[in-house]
Amino acid sequence: MSTPTDLLYSEEEEAVRAAVRDLLTDHCDAAGVIKRGESDAPHDLSLWKSLTEGMGLAGLLIPEEYGGQGAGHREAAVVLEELGRAVAPVPYLTSAVVATEALLACDAADLLAELAGGRRIGVLAVGLHTAPGAGHTTARIDDGALRGELTGIADAVAADVLLVPADDGGLYAVEAGAATVTPQVSLDLTRPLATVVLDGAPARRLGDAAPAVRRALRAGAGLLVSEQLGLADWTLTETVRYLKERKQFNRPVGGFQALKHRLAHLWLEVAHLRAAARNAADALAKGQDTDVAVAVAQAYAAPVAVHAAEEALQLHGGIGMTWEHPVHLYLKRAKADSIAYGTAGAHREALAALVDLQAP
Amino acid sequence: MTESRTDAAGLRRRTRELLAAHPPATTDRLDFLRARFDAGLAWVHYPEGLGGLGAPRSLQAVVDAELAVAGAPDNDPRRIGIGLGMAAPTILQYGTEEQKRRFLRPLWTGEEVWCQLFSEPGAGSDLAALGTRAVREGEEWVVNGQKVWTSSAHLARWAILIARTDPDVPKHRGITYFVCDMTDPGVEVRPLRQITGEAEFNEVFLTGVRIPDTRRLGEVGDGWRVAQTTLNNERVAIGGARLPREGGMIGPVAETWRARPELRTHDLHQRLLTLWVEAEVARLTGERLRQQLVAGQPGPEGAGMKLAFARLNQEISGLEVELLGAEGLLYGDWTMRRPELVDFTGRDAGYRYLRAKGNSIEGGTSEILLNIVAERVLGLPAEPRTDKDVAWKDLAR
Repeated sequence: MSTPTDLLYSEEEEAVRAAVRDLLTDHCDAAGVIKRGESDAPHDLSLWKSLTEGMGLAGLLIPEEYGGQGAGHREAAVVLEELGRAVAPVPYLTSAVVATEALLACDAADLLAELAGGRRIGVLAVGLHTAPGAGHTTARIDDGALRGELTGIADAVAADVLLVPADDGGLYAVEAGAATVTPQVSLDLTRPLATVVLDGAPARRLGDAAPAVRRALRAGAGLLVSEQLGLADWTLTETVRYLKERKQFNRPVGGFQALKHRLAHLWLEVAHLRAAARNAADALAKGQDTDVAVAVAQAYAAPVAVHAAEEALQLHGGIGMTWEHPVHLYLKRAKADSIAYGTAGAHREALAALVDLQAP
Repeated sequence: MTESRTDAAGLRRRTRELLAAHPPATTDRLDFLRARFDAGLAWVHYPEGLGGLGAPRSLQAVVDAELAVAGAPDNDPRRIGIGLGMAAPTILQYGTEEQKRRFLRPLWTGEEVWCQLFSEPGAGSDLAALGTRAVREGEEWVVNGQKVWTSSAHLARWAILIARTDPDVPKHRGITYFVCDMTDPGVEVRPLRQITGEAEFNEVFLTGVRIPDTRRLGEVGDGWRVAQTTLNNERVAIGGARLPREGGMIGPVAETWRARPELRTHDLHQRLLTLWVEAEVARLTGERLRQQLVAGQPGPEGAGMKLAFARLNQEISGLEVELLGAEGLLYGDWTMRRPELVDFTGRDAGYRYLRAKGNSIEGGTSEILLNIVAERVLGLPAEPRTDKDVAWKDLAR
């Protein structure tokens, strides 16, 4: 008998949400995020320190014997909802979820302990666009050293340790200082990409790459849905608030039926997205029906998050097109998220095989 | 812990006593249903003496499960859905003691079928614009007018009816709510044939129908408020069912896809997968809503479920007709029939496609439901109104 899916939020999860939201309200305002995105230091490492060393949130997925919180995917999903609401420039998804899952697959106790405390940031050196199970570039291993060029690596500029899949089928740990990490100009400034060049970098084999990468990307895809939910929820809430205030033709714009219906449709999509996100987080936590739950949620989430951000921009009128209004942060993140860890189409294709709806 | 009459253990014991006293195998169906009502196990959240025990509504499932295992007959809830879902909660909230005792038992057992005389040719989404008149003559009301879209009118013994009793006040204020005897002189039911070829619905003509004042529900002029109880219960009933994966209209399409590879094209594959995902997510949303209700935290999602299912049913059934190709050009049966139930699963794709068109109209159009979500859930301002302070008789028609 499988345990029934729990689609609600527990009291503990709501407590985590409240604590993270408070912190973000005080320390992650939109103006700051916009300014930081243009600087040489796009990540907010002081916010990261509060989230990890202060609140222990980097270790939610890590068992207590490795120094983690031994909580789970449902709690991490709630953290990601809040980080999505604030488009926070912290490497939570990449380090505390994706790299952590890869290390858990390899039982890499020492690195897990370092990541759990948030003292070090880990990044899986696989392109952000890669879907679970899809092919990706590897480095060449030669006598314990790595060579090669890997591109599109999210949050690599903030990483202390890189987890690199190599052509011998192994997953290797490389100190970021031993690689050349060059920022790329990214669509989403809050989750910047970089190129990693390895020129004989010393490396330590952690385990087999294939199962570790697959597991890491699946968790990344499944929990990205919660970030997309938070993002969509913020854009909807903020747009509704604005349309109640903004007047044209001597009426609040939000009273016009053409706009009300668009917002009601959007609300319904976000309500559906919440159910899909909770289902994916619960499936990851329980290890039940995980592949289908993640594929369904990712196939649904990206179009909704992008739609929500695009509607927010349009319904804010001219102000929505400006650099000073934060809606562009959300649009850029939503559009980048629609490619991250596999497009909706890639997840539909995966689903076709999982639920026996084969292509012609 | 001690057992109470209205906790799960108490209800289970009471159900077993009912089954022992009236073994389903040897008891007449109607006798069993009457005994179940009298034992307070019909709808456990109703008051004692009216088919219930004042127990928490969620515990009905305990009783239903015991009865299902024992093979007890049910009251065919789909066939008497209007009575159960709309008339009963309204009678319970607004009826006199005498009305409750007269109507609820035969309603629940299915001995008396109910229909709903609300919509009119000139009052659909703008239901409060209705023009059917009820004029008081002593202890009676004389009703004249025409109603439409009345399911089950040809089977019904009783109807819930809203009629205009005061044309001199604004439209929402001059309406009164009645129970109409469908066997009374002056009630004429005519089938209304639909695009599917069959006639689920009726037109009902009311000519000099005399309703005693004792069959009024609620105060004179307060019928709009009473009708809100009915309509809110209708929308809760639609889309509230618990479904397994592929449990809705996507099921037959997915089965056809698997069984008949010769029908597959790349375009249909993309559309099928997209709709499969949406159907699964809508199912999860319904399940989440159900979990919220059980946890005592009802969410606003209920307002949107009917909208979601209407659109999905229409898109999926449209895809299914195309998937069937040459067979999609055919139709099962255009004979004018009078079904007692809307049966989506037992019929062919063409029927599903045509019938699903009604899903975004019946029980509140999708446009009206979007207004409700926008105004009540999101708190957006209402459209300006030109009819608010105008007497009904002075409105342009």
